[in-house]
Amino acid sequence: MSDIHDTLFRTLADPSRRAIFERLCREGEQTVGALTAQAGISQPAVSKHLGVLKKAGLVRDRHAGRQTHYSGQLGALAPLIDWTSQMAGFWQNRFDQLEDLLKRMDQ
Amino acid sequence: MNTTDSEVRSVVVEREIPFPPEKIWRALTQPHLIEEWLMKSDFSPTVDHRFRFTAGWGSVDCRVVEVEPNKTLSYTWDAMGLESVVVWTLSATSKGTRLRMEQSGFRADQEHAYQGAKFGWQKFFANLEQVLARAD
Repeated sequence: MSDIHDTLFRTLADPSRRAIFERLCREGEQTVGALTAQAGISQPAVSKHLGVLKKAGLVRDRHAGRQTHYSGQLGALAPLIDWTSQMAGFWQNRFDQLEDLLKRMDQ
Repeated sequence: MNTTDSEVRSVVVEREIPFPPEKIWRALTQPHLIEEWLMKSDFSPTVDHRFRFTAGWGSVDCRVVEVEPNKTLSYTWDAMGLESVVVWTLSATSKGTRLRMEQSGFRADQEHAYQGAKFGWQKFFANLEQVLARAD
């Protein structure tokens, strides 16, 4: 589905936005404040980028008190990655689950 | 879209499982069991039966291609631009069953996805690979 690709490419085409995403993937969950400190752009701009990334499924937010923590969602890139490696991981995981089920089944 | 045979790729996962083929066959063909390890579906082991796997992230459109009880099961697997065929092969062994899954096919839009060089995507993919290598 090229719609998914379009959204992902468009979202990540912006260098600042891509930098935020890469940083969240590399360094894990962060607040808007922490991201702003290193992004070299204003907090509203960072928040706006995070909103776009969230819409594309590339980041997830978690509210804790007054702070919102953002984390990168690598899985959202699945459509861009070679399907064979993607599916190999998928099936390995399903084989594990199948074996678990077989152990639970009667007979 | 030009597609040549050389673009067809496949994924193979093979495992020795300590249960008889008959039991594995049930897990592969009964919807309430399939749901427990794969996805929710309206599968039926009937050639040409069209069904759909559904999950939180979307769905997979399928059609049963081959059914040979306790031996072979195959269905098409179309999802997110990926057109493929999944073939399950069960062979009895002294310890149980050798279960093999081969998914072969191609992604119609794969070329398009990779033609991003002029937008700096090669660099992005290189960075991404590093990120993925570090992630779990």
